[in-house]
Amino acid sequence: MEVLALLINGFAITFEPLNLALVIAGVVVGLFIGAMPGLGSVNGVAILLPMTFLVPPTSAVIFLAAIYYGAMYGGAISSIMLGIPGASTAVATTFDGRPLALKGLADKALVAAAAASFVGGTISVVLFTLFALPLADVALAFGPPETFALMVLAFATFVGLGGDDIPKTLFSILIGLVLSTVGLDIISGQPRLIFGDLTGFYHGINFLVLAIGIYGIGEMLWTIEVSQGEVLMSKATVSFRGILNNLKGLKSSIKTMIMGSFLGYFVGILPAAGATPGSLMAYGVAKTMSKNPETYGKGNIDGVVAPEAANNAASTGSMLPMLTLGIPGSPTTAILLGGMVIWGLEPGPLVFTDHPDFVWGLIASLYVANVFALLINIGFIPAFIWVLKMPFTILAPIIFVLCVVGGYVPTQDMHDVWLMLIFGVVGYLMRKLDYPMAPAVLAIVLGPLAEPAMRQSLIGSHGDVMTFFERPISGTIMAIAFLLFVLPLLKAAKGRLSRRRAEGSP
Amino acid sequence: MRVAEFVMALVMALFSLYLMWKSTELPIGWIPDEGPGGGAFPFWLSLGMLLCCLWMLVRWVTRTSPPSRSTEPYMTPQTLKWFLLVAGSLTVMIGLIHIIGVYGAVPLFLIFYVRFLGRHSWVITGALAVFTPIAAFLFFEIALKKTLPKGFTEPLFYPLYDFFF
Amino acid sequence: MKKLATRILSLAVALGVGLGFSAVQKDAAAGWEPKKPVEFVIMAGKGGGADRLARFIQGIIEKNNLSSKPFVPINKGGGSGAEALRYLKDHAGDPHVIMATLNSYYTTPLRNPGLGVDIAEFTPITRLAEDTFQLWVHTDTGITTVDEFVAAVKAAGPENWKMGGTGKGQEDSLVTAMLEKKFDIKVTYVPYKGGGTVAKELIGKHINSTVNNPSEQAGFWEAGKSRPLASFTPKGKLTGRFGDIPTFEELGYGTDMVYYMQRSVIAPAGIDKDVQAFYVGVFEKVYKSDEWQEYLDKKGLIPGWLTGTALTEYFVAEREAHRQMLKAAGEID
Repeated sequence: MEVLALLINGFAITFEPLNLALVIAGVVVGLFIGAMPGLGSVNGVAILLPMTFLVPPTSAVIFLAAIYYGAMYGGAISSIMLGIPGASTAVATTFDGRPLALKGLADKALVAAAAASFVGGTISVVLFTLFALPLADVALAFGPPETFALMVLAFATFVGLGGDDIPKTLFSILIGLVLSTVGLDIISGQPRLIFGDLTGFYHGINFLVLAIGIYGIGEMLWTIEVSQGEVLMSKATVSFRGILNNLKGLKSSIKTMIMGSFLGYFVGILPAAGATPGSLMAYGVAKTMSKNPETYGKGNIDGVVAPEAANNAASTGSMLPMLTLGIPGSPTTAILLGGMVIWGLEPGPLVFTDHPDFVWGLIASLYVANVFALLINIGFIPAFIWVLKMPFTILAPIIFVLCVVGGYVPTQDMHDVWLMLIFGVVGYLMRKLDYPMAPAVLAIVLGPLAEPAMRQSLIGSHGDVMTFFERPISGTIMAIAFLLFVLPLLKAAKGRLSRRRAEGSP
Repeated sequence: MRVAEFVMALVMALFSLYLMWKSTELPIGWIPDEGPGGGAFPFWLSLGMLLCCLWMLVRWVTRTSPPSRSTEPYMTPQTLKWFLLVAGSLTVMIGLIHIIGVYGAVPLFLIFYVRFLGRHSWVITGALAVFTPIAAFLFFEIALKKTLPKGFTEPLFYPLYDFFF
Repeated sequence: MKKLATRILSLAVALGVGLGFSAVQKDAAAGWEPKKPVEFVIMAGKGGGADRLARFIQGIIEKNNLSSKPFVPINKGGGSGAEALRYLKDHAGDPHVIMATLNSYYTTPLRNPGLGVDIAEFTPITRLAEDTFQLWVHTDTGITTVDEFVAAVKAAGPENWKMGGTGKGQEDSLVTAMLEKKFDIKVTYVPYKGGGTVAKELIGKHINSTVNNPSEQAGFWEAGKSRPLASFTPKGKLTGRFGDIPTFEELGYGTDMVYYMQRSVIAPAGIDKDVQAFYVGVFEKVYKSDEWQEYLDKKGLIPGWLTGTALTEYFVAEREAHRQMLKAAGEID
C-alpha cells in the first residue's frame, strides 16, 4: 500500500502544469527525432540535456524520459514507412513493417506499432512500480558470463531469420560480426582492422552506418529497379474509422504483445543489454511460437507488434539499473544518468529513499507519457501516410538526402557517409543474389556486446570455457539458447518426415 | 545471374582472405590463462566467411542454389542505366559536400534527380531545392546544434549563426 | 502548388537578405568571438566520466551565457581517443575546435606512435581539475585495511583475485601495476569498457577489487556496499567527504603511491593569441562558477587551475611519467 501512496504522490507531481507541459513537449520532440533515420533517443536526450538546467531536477528528468519514450514510438515510423530503422532498437520492426507498408497497409502497421508500444510501455511501468528494488539484485547478478550467454540466446532466437540459402545466411551473420570488431579491442587496448590507416575506422563501424546503407540506400536502389523511374504511389489510405478498425483487428495479437512486453522488460533490466537485444529476441520468440512462421518477414502484423512492445518495455526496464545502481542499461540511460549527476542527485541504492519525489514523479510521468505518446502518435498517422503518397521520384531523393545527413550527424564524420554509400551499393548488389541482409545488421549490433563479455569471462576463469555452463544463471540461459537453436531444426525435420510419410502413403 | 553469383562469391572470398590477413596484426591464437587474443575473433570468423564462400561456389558448380540456375540477366540494360544514374549522382553529391558543403550539394542533387530523372516541373523542383536545405539548417543546426559540413561556403553562414544564437 | 512554391521561395530570399543586414551590425565587438558553434571534442565515448564532465561544462556555459555561440560536444572516443587526437592535429589553426582531455591524452600517442601526434604542439587552454583514485573492495569481504587486502590477495593467489578496471594500458591498469609492484602481489586484471561498469561488477561480486574514481563508487559507498581502503593522493589534498579516506602516504607506504586523472581543455596548434585568450576567459568563468566548485567537492576532484606554458610543461612532464609507467607495465618498449 505504501507503493500506492507514493505513486499517487508521483501523479500529483506529474500533473503540475509545468511537468505536464514538459511531458507533452518531450513526447512530440521525441517522436520527431525518433522518426528521423539516423537520430534516435540517444541523440534527442543528449542534445536537450543542457536545456534542463532551467527547470528543477524532477521536471528535467520527466522531460528527458518523455523524449526517450517518444523516440521509442517514433523509431517505428521510419522503420515502417521507409524501411530504415532510425535506431538499433527498431531494426526488428522493419522485418515485417516494411513489407506491410509495401502492401499498402502502412496505416495498419503504424497503428499496431503504436498500440504495441503502449501495451509494452504500460506493462513495464507497472512491473517497474511493483518490483523495482528486488529486480535490482537480478541486474547485479549479471556478470560477463551471463551477458555472453544472453547474447548467445539472442542469436539463437533469430536463427531462423535468414533466407533459405544456408551458406549465404551464415556468411551474412559472420560478416556482420567481423565488421563489428573494427576499431578498438578494449581487452588489449590495441586498435584493430584499421583499413588503409583511415582514422574514421578508429571509432568502429557504427551500426547506423550499415543499417542506413543497407536499408536506406540499398532499399531505395532496389525499389528504383522495380519501379524503373515510374511514378509509384502508395495505395495506403487512412481514416478515423480505419484506425479504429485496425485497433480492433489487433485482438489476435494481444498474446504477442504481452510476451514482448515481459521479455523486453526483463532483458532491458540487464545492464549492457538494453532494448535492442530485447526487441530482436521478442521477434524471434514470436516467430518460433507462431503457428505459421513462414509468414514472418512477409508482412505479419505480429512481427511488428512483438519488437515494438519489447523495445518500449525495455526502455523502461533499462531505467531500473540506472536509478537503483547507477548503471546505465542503454546508451540513452547513460546520458540520463549523467543528467542526474548534473542535477545534483546521486543515483544508487539510496535514491529511492533520499529522493522519493524524483523517483515517483518519474515513474508516474511514464504512465502519463505513454498515454500521450499513443494519442499523439495516432494523431500524426494521417500525416505520415500523406508523405508516403508522394510520387516516388520526389520521395526517393529526399530519402537519399536524409540518409546522407543522417549518416553524417551521429559521428560528424564524412568517412561514415562514404562507408554508408559503399554498404548501400554492395548490399544492393548482394541482395539481388539472395544474400539476406538482416542477419548482418543484427550481428553488428550484438557483436560488440558478445565479444568482450566472452573474453572477460575467459580472463576471469583463466581460459576455462566451462564457466559459461557451470554458473547457474548463465548455464540456464545457455540451455534455453540451445533449445531454441534446436527447435526450428526439429520442426523442420518433423515437417520433412511427415511430408515424406504423406508422399509414401498414397 | 549465374556469372554474377560466381563473381560475387569469388570477390567475397578474396575479401575474407584480406580480413584474415588484416586480423593477424593482433594475436589470433589462444593466450594461456586469458582466452582468445585480440585478433582471434575477426580471424576465425573471417575464416568462416571464406568457408561459406567456398560452400557457395560448390553450390554454384552443382547448380543447387537458385541464382546459379537462373538464366535471367543480373541487370537489364534499363536497370543498369538507372543504377548507374542514381548511384553515380549520389557519389557526386557526397563528393561535392567536401567542396561546396551540404547546402550546395543537396540542392544540385535534388535538381538533378527531381527535374531530370523524375521529370517533374521546374516549380516543384525549385521548391524542393530551396526548401530542403532551409529545413535541414533549421532542424539540424539551430534546433539540434549539429553542424553540417559546408566546405568553402562556411563564412557565408556566420551571419546566420549570429542571428540565431 | 505553384503558388505555394513561389511563396516559399520569396520568403527564403527575404530571410536571407534580412539576416545579412543584421549580421553586419554585430561584428563590431572587441576581442575575438567565435563565429560559429564551437566543436567541443571529447576523447571518450558517450556516457563515460569524461563525457559527463564535458556535458556538465557545456551546461554551465549555456546556463550562465558565457559564450555567444554554443559549445557543441562531439564524441570522438575511437581508439582510446586516437581519433580525437588526429582530428585536432588535422584542424591545426582552426579557432572553432577545442578538446576535453583525460589521461589517454598521454598514453594513446605513446602507444600509437604511428598517429604522429605530439601533444606538446597543441595549444594549452586550461587544467580544470584532477580526478583521484582509491582502492575499493566489497564490504562483504570484511577487508578494512590495505594490510588485510594484501594478505587476502596473497592467500587467494593470483589465479583467484580479480581486479577490474578499464582497458589495458589505460589509467586503471597503470594504477593496478603500481599496486602489484609496491606490495609484491599478482592479480588477474579484467578489462571493462568503463569505470561505471567496473563499479557495478564489484558490487555484483564478479570481481574482488577495483581502483575506481570516487564519483563512480560514491553511491555504493553511501549504501554501505563498497569500502575504500586507501587513496592514491598526496596527504591532505583530498578534502570534503572523501577527505577521511587515508592516503597511502599516511598509511606509511611512501609518497610514490600517487596517481591523478587530469581534466583539461586544449585547442589545436597554431591558433591566435586572442582566440586562446577567449577560451581561457570562458573556462575561468566556468572554473569560478558555484556549480563547478560544488561539483568538485561532491565528486572528490582536486581543484587545479593551470594555464599557459605552465600547463604545457605539466603535460610534457606527465607524458614522461606515463612513458615510464607504460614501460614498467611492458606495454611499450
